[in-house]
Amino acid sequence: MNTLVIAEIADGKIRKSTHSAINFARQAGGTFSVLVIGAGSKSAAPEVAGFGAAKVLVADDASLAHVLAERFAPTVAAVAKDFDLVVTTASSFGKDLAPRVAAKIGAGYASDVASVKLEGDKLSYKRPMFAGNAYGWCSITTGKQVVTVRQSEFTAAEPSGGSSPVENVAAAPIDAAAARVEFVSLEAAKNERPDLGEARVIVSGGRALKEKFAEVLDPLANLLGAALGASRAACDAGFAPPELQVGQTGRVVAPQLYVAIGISGAIQHLAGMKSSKTIVAINKDPDAPIFQVADYGLVADLFVAVPALVQELKKG
Amino acid sequence: MKILVPLKRVADPDNANKIKVSPQKIDTTGLQFKPNPFDEYAVETALRLTENAASNKVRLGEVTVVTFGPKEAETTLRAALATGADKAIRVDSTDDALDGDLVARALAEIVKRDAPDLVLLGKQEVEGDANPVAQLLAEYLGWPQATFAGAIKSEGDKTLLVAREIDGGTMNVRVTLPAIVSVDLRIVAAKSVQSMHTKEGHAYSDGVRFAALAAIMAAKKKPLTEFKLTDLVTDASLKVQYTSFEAPAGRKAGVKVKTVEELVAKLKTEAKVL
Repeated sequence: MNTLVIAEIADGKIRKSTHSAINFARQAGGTFSVLVIGAGSKSAAPEVAGFGAAKVLVADDASLAHVLAERFAPTVAAVAKDFDLVVTTASSFGKDLAPRVAAKIGAGYASDVASVKLEGDKLSYKRPMFAGNAYGWCSITTGKQVVTVRQSEFTAAEPSGGSSPVENVAAAPIDAAAARVEFVSLEAAKNERPDLGEARVIVSGGRALKEKFAEVLDPLANLLGAALGASRAACDAGFAPPELQVGQTGRVVAPQLYVAIGISGAIQHLAGMKSSKTIVAINKDPDAPIFQVADYGLVADLFVAVPALVQELKKG
Repeated sequence: MKILVPLKRVADPDNANKIKVSPQKIDTTGLQFKPNPFDEYAVETALRLTENAASNKVRLGEVTVVTFGPKEAETTLRAALATGADKAIRVDSTDDALDGDLVARALAEIVKRDAPDLVLLGKQEVEGDANPVAQLLAEYLGWPQATFAGAIKSEGDKTLLVAREIDGGTMNVRVTLPAIVSVDLRIVAAKSVQSMHTKEGHAYSDGVRFAALAAIMAAKKKPLTEFKLTDLVTDASLKVQYTSFEAPAGRKAGVKVKTVEELVAKLKTEAKVL
């Protein structure tokens, strides 16, 4: 197996999610190379040169200034000619781009891969279905394969030393589809906190917090160095911005500690966080489903319990 | 504007924990079929784009809904027709004979015949949870794709301004039609869809609309065309094949603590996460 890992880049740096895709590539066996793509991405190439890749390929071109699948896919597809398997992380970046690449190169596509194993000479992928209430093992029947992998299921690869050769590749010409999409603006979430996918601790809130979402959760998140998450209900009601949503259709996370505050535990929320190592739930409803997955449950009014928790933690 | 909206019925997602998983199959017996939530949002979006909200009995465009499934799946199509869609297509098939790629290839053929300006899809079907069809279809057609749309504004009938919900925030893009848009949850909020036909700033009721009884009756007379899968694709082979299934490792409920002091103590000494 010769695998191409598409690196995900944010603010000129390799995102840690890329290390999960590298871990997958190592598990898939054979050799792998990493594609670093985007305008100005060249400076990020050295960051992935120490992971044992056969090559680090760099597509750094002004036409790749904005992360648009229509722009990226032709170049990724051209590079993919020399590979059997293309992998990237199942983030909004990967899920937008990977299927487009698959269609371009006639490959089958499996998303959100949680595990990989070799069966005979074929790779078999385990992926979650039905909001995480089942896993299916599937294989891809085409010669070339494209997958996205869950960052929460593949731990970040550690550097293995050495220095992979860095090679430039040309950006493919802009095609008809790319000419019909125009980047207008990016409203990046203003957030000093760690990314949900990378955080060791997540403090997550539900609709019960109402307009006091930030007021109640910020002190706790600050103290724990945590990322903030939210239930779908909290996002839908406008109490938390949509990019905080954890669940089947939001972010899928697996931190060391997940603190669910005022979250009832709907099926689609559990799908996004039940792989967390330790789960704490604070809810005033003793029958809330969240308590069925929580390691530690506290039945209490969150408006009292959370400030008290902050005080207790401050004692050290 | 002519809009095509693919629809799928799924086993009741609010009871997805009641499915029975064996190595051979995932059994959804006992669960009611419901429209895939994201597909319902796509229908609602399509309707908002093709009406003046002030007098929405008059259709100012055409919405075609299409599903892949057995005869019984027509219930899902009729429900969409009752809320305002204009015509329907059923491609006769069953879930185990389909994968995202095959659906996308068949949809590409329907697009070639029906010539919509826009294909609106739910971003994800909540049984397979895979989310590839919009992107695959876009590439097969050579069209732009605005995935995970949380808001759409039609600017005349040639371009759409789309707010894409991505991991780090929102990316605004402008696509020139014909194009593919896949929709996310927030698309059915009161002001998420701004149609050129509707007065700016109009606020809809949150969520999807319901059909009146008269509309349900009238929907029975709206056109529904049927295709065989082989009418649309010459190669109906699958690119992804499932070999076995398994239930997730169960997670046991832990303990209830009485106080925050006890909670902090346990997190420090037992779980060792602080």
